[in-house]
Amino acid sequence: MLNVGQIEEGFVLDHIQAGKSLAIYHLLQLDKLDYTVAIIKNARSNKHGKKDILKIECDITKVNLDVLALIDKNITVNVIKNGEIIDKKELSLPKEIKNIIQCKNPRCITSIEQGLPHIFVLSDEKKEIYRCKYCEEKYNERAQQFMRW
Amino acid sequence: MRHLMSPMDFTTAELDALFDLAADIEKQPQVYAHKCDGKILATCFYEPSTRTRLSFESAMLSLGGNVLGFSDAGSSSAAKGESVSDTIRTVACFSDICAMRHPKEGAPMVAASHADIPVINAGDGGHQHPTQTLTDLLTIRSLKGRLNNFTIGLCGDLKFGRTVHSLIEALVRYDNIKFVFISPEELRVPDYITEMLNEKSIPYEEHISLEDTIANLDLLYMTRVQRERFFNEEDYVRLKDFYILDKKKMSLAKEDMLVLHPLPRVNEISVEVDEDKRAVYFKQVQYGKYVRMALILTLLELA
Ligand SMILES: [Zn+2]
Repeated sequence: MLNVGQIEEGFVLDHIQAGKSLAIYHLLQLDKLDYTVAIIKNARSNKHGKKDILKIECDITKVNLDVLALIDKNITVNVIKNGEIIDKKELSLPKEIKNIIQCKNPRCITSIEQGLPHIFVLSDEKKEIYRCKYCEEKYNERAQQFMRW
Repeated sequence: MRHLMSPMDFTTAELDALFDLAADIEKQPQVYAHKCDGKILATCFYEPSTRTRLSFESAMLSLGGNVLGFSDAGSSSAAKGESVSDTIRTVACFSDICAMRHPKEGAPMVAASHADIPVINAGDGGHQHPTQTLTDLLTIRSLKGRLNNFTIGLCGDLKFGRTVHSLIEALVRYDNIKFVFISPEELRVPDYITEMLNEKSIPYEEHISLEDTIANLDLLYMTRVQRERFFNEEDYVRLKDFYILDKKKMSLAKEDMLVLHPLPRVNEISVEVDEDKRAVYFKQVQYGKYVRMALILTLLELA
């Protein structure tokens, strides 16, 4: 398998659904950060045939990974130190997401009030249902709109 | 400091305290006539709702307080494009408590998060109208003497009627309530309500005919079929008269069944029913004032 440089310190997002790595790159706002990032598309995967991988050379705390669970819980996070995997992180749904998804309800105050953050609150953990903090509009399709970028 | 955004903001114990206070206000209003001396209620109504605004204003005046405010967005700073968060910060300098009505859902919550005075949601679009729900609960509690052990029929627009949804959510917290939903197919209660009832194993029935089921009801909550909910006039005209409560239907009902309605009615309750002692929708308006008085006192911590 193609191996784009071992990273010394950082983390690897593995088992990204094939073709989605760029969307995740943007979602994690890696385009705005000055870290070395390797984007690997269509790597062979035993599980799914093909997968994408992101290798990011920076301290894991510098990037907010909460939103990943929203998109795909199958993504695995390997934390690398001195070139070795020292930890695998489980993705869990964040209790609150701010300015990641937008409320689509045209009757919601977020549609007119300037400077108001779009906040969604996890209202049902089992069913993975998020609701707009203001109008309680449901949002539970796994952030599909982002994946269209 | 507390606000009121949704009827579920209060626990049933807190509601009991609120309703006890409202009942005491009803019994001896003179005791409360000066509780809010020197206090000001701001009614910020970004869309007109005369009944709700008058109820709030009357409540505050009867507590000895004063009122100020605006009654539609056109005459307010909102017309100049001022945000809710800026408006409330200004209003908070002029008043001690605010009742806000806004066509956009969640606007009162934005206000509450920027205000250092209590904010009451006086209706935000199709979202919440908690003081209506508190009014309904107080009416039932005062006239039935309880908030448990009854069968309640909800009739009319059960799909879009937010007062119905809030009332159902509030009532499921009490024991042994059975719901009977009476509506045309097009205006059935939404799935999230029936799913919630199924999950909690709360009994409910769905009917199209009011005549067939009215005899089983302890309470009948009528609602208006609103013109603005329909895409075409034809559907509206066909459905608006689907359920008209008249003397004939009332003759099938229990002797002590109560008829409630959030008002305004159009023609879904025939005026001939008004003189029936079971018709309590005008008493309901009175309870709406008492519950708002109790709410103002509670939120101002003057209770
Ligand atoms: Zn919203």
